[in-house]
Amino acid sequence: MLTILFDGVAYGMILFVLACGLSVTMGLMNFINLAHGAFAMFGGYVTVLAMQRLGLPFLWALPAAFLVAAAAGLVLERLVYRPMYAKSHLDQVMFSIGLVFMAVAGADYLMGSSQQFVQLPAWLSGRFDLAGIGVGRYRLFIILLCGALAFAMQWGFTRTRFGSRLRAAVDDARVARGLGIPVNRLFALTFAFGSGLAGLGGALGIELMGLDPTFSLKFMIYFLIVVTVGGTSTISGPFFAAMLLGVADVAGKYLVPQLGAFIIYALMVVLLITRPHGLFARGRA
Amino acid sequence: MSEGSIEARVQRSLYAARRWHPAEIMFWLLAVAAFFLLPRQLLILNEIAILGLFAVSLDLILGYAGIVSLGHAAFFGFGAYAAGLFAKHASADPLAGLAVGMGAAGLLGLLTSPLILRGSDLTRLMVTLGVALILGELANSLGWLTGGADGLQGIMMGSVLGLFEFDIFGKVAYLYSLAVLFVLFVLARRIVGSPFGLSLRAIRDNPLRASASGVPLHWRLVAVYTLAAAYAGAAGALLAQTTQFVSLDVLAFHRSADLMLVLIIGGAGYLYGGLIGAVAFKLLQDVIASFTPQYWMFWIGLFLVLFVLGGRELIHGGIKAVVGRVARLGRRSPT
Repeated sequence: MLTILFDGVAYGMILFVLACGLSVTMGLMNFINLAHGAFAMFGGYVTVLAMQRLGLPFLWALPAAFLVAAAAGLVLERLVYRPMYAKSHLDQVMFSIGLVFMAVAGADYLMGSSQQFVQLPAWLSGRFDLAGIGVGRYRLFIILLCGALAFAMQWGFTRTRFGSRLRAAVDDARVARGLGIPVNRLFALTFAFGSGLAGLGGALGIELMGLDPTFSLKFMIYFLIVVTVGGTSTISGPFFAAMLLGVADVAGKYLVPQLGAFIIYALMVVLLITRPHGLFARGRA
Repeated sequence: MSEGSIEARVQRSLYAARRWHPAEIMFWLLAVAAFFLLPRQLLILNEIAILGLFAVSLDLILGYAGIVSLGHAAFFGFGAYAAGLFAKHASADPLAGLAVGMGAAGLLGLLTSPLILRGSDLTRLMVTLGVALILGELANSLGWLTGGADGLQGIMMGSVLGLFEFDIFGKVAYLYSLAVLFVLFVLARRIVGSPFGLSLRAIRDNPLRASASGVPLHWRLVAVYTLAAAYAGAAGALLAQTTQFVSLDVLAFHRSADLMLVLIIGGAGYLYGGLIGAVAFKLLQDVIASFTPQYWMFWIGLFLVLFVLGGRELIHGGIKAVVGRVARLGRRSPT
């Protein structure tokens, strides 16, 4: 039972790292970016290539995934995303679905449709018993790493100058711009950072979620659940939403496998009906 | 513009918009002519007619009422399964099956409509997507009823009106689908040209103002959502009946996404957009699939991106000019 909880938390941690970039960009520019998963997939493939072709060790491949995905985010934001901000939500959705389709087919073309694997270092594989709970080393590693990331982000978001500018821009971009905050630059940076985090999450998730060309389509719904349930104005909202989703999903798959993904979809719809502005939404006009 | 009250003026413009334009009559004559001119392509024509009806359904809620939906396939699939199961277990009569499919999907639309009344565009996208995914999971796990991943097999259809047997070339299938499409299209055309349709557009353009001027926001949205669901159900039922097979694919996400592309190509907010989009989409799919069968998804994605980034203005410029001329004709003639 506690093992399920543990696995669920690890799963939720990865979901958080994958989705938190999306939540900030969505809150900041009111932009529905369904292609966020494509960046995650990109990060995953970068990791696989870096380890197989270049022979980088796993720990070095992770920052590589982050940097490459962030660079891709920066470039794409500049080139194709920026004209989309002023368009309607529907256009944004269509645009990003188009990107996802291209990413799926492109990954299929370049890497083949088979599942990719990575070789974890020896000290990360296997599990040990701790007070009767089976603890996977890799999952523990994920929890520690992502937990540290979440704390760092929460700190950066609430305590630094960058964070307070970001929050101001999320709350009201127009007023923030009027106060001299460079919202566009802020947004480009955040977008790149969020894409990088997605890439990192994709790299970390290869072992747990698998990696194949349909990754960005398959997990798109998960990211969106995290964001819509968690709200877009905080770091802690998506964090708890991701935890909830991770635990519910893992528990559902272990305990009642015949229901499949039914549980999380039902959970999402119920949450959205009861709390349409997210679980932890502040009163926003 | 001084003569008459506002009501009279509104009434006149509605009448004018309802009048059939020669181009519209041409369009339908062409659809019938396709039956004789392209006897080898009837199966794909049938698919186009079904996709067109499906697109009209989405246009009703998206183009007219402004409800974004990423899960319209839910109603399509529900109608398909309802019609398929009805044909298998109750009666092989196509028209009764069509009514059952429409009714079932409409009921589902009515039941799920409270979900789309609240929240922002994003919430709507998510909830509609969620409903479609839930239905997909249900259809997958209720294998004893739906056949699960193998699909619903063994549907035997009776003849249409007791006269026309379905054949393997799709002759009857195309005419049947086209007839249903035409009847439902005329109905939809009448509905959007009514004060009800006008109030929907008011809601789309500014919900707050619409409700301030006395439009019962919620009931109008519920009504149009139910109607659109029934239309999608009809399209699904047609697919189930003419192919005599229902698979999980009818509920898949890509179906909802493709449908969006259809409307984007054809243009939302006028009913012919869905039909033109359906023709263009199927032709596009056919062409792309013939030279790169495996990666056609990439090209569809590229088309989506380019369309949204600015290509749409190029293509729609021509259509808009025609539509604008039609609208001007309508305005000028009553005076």
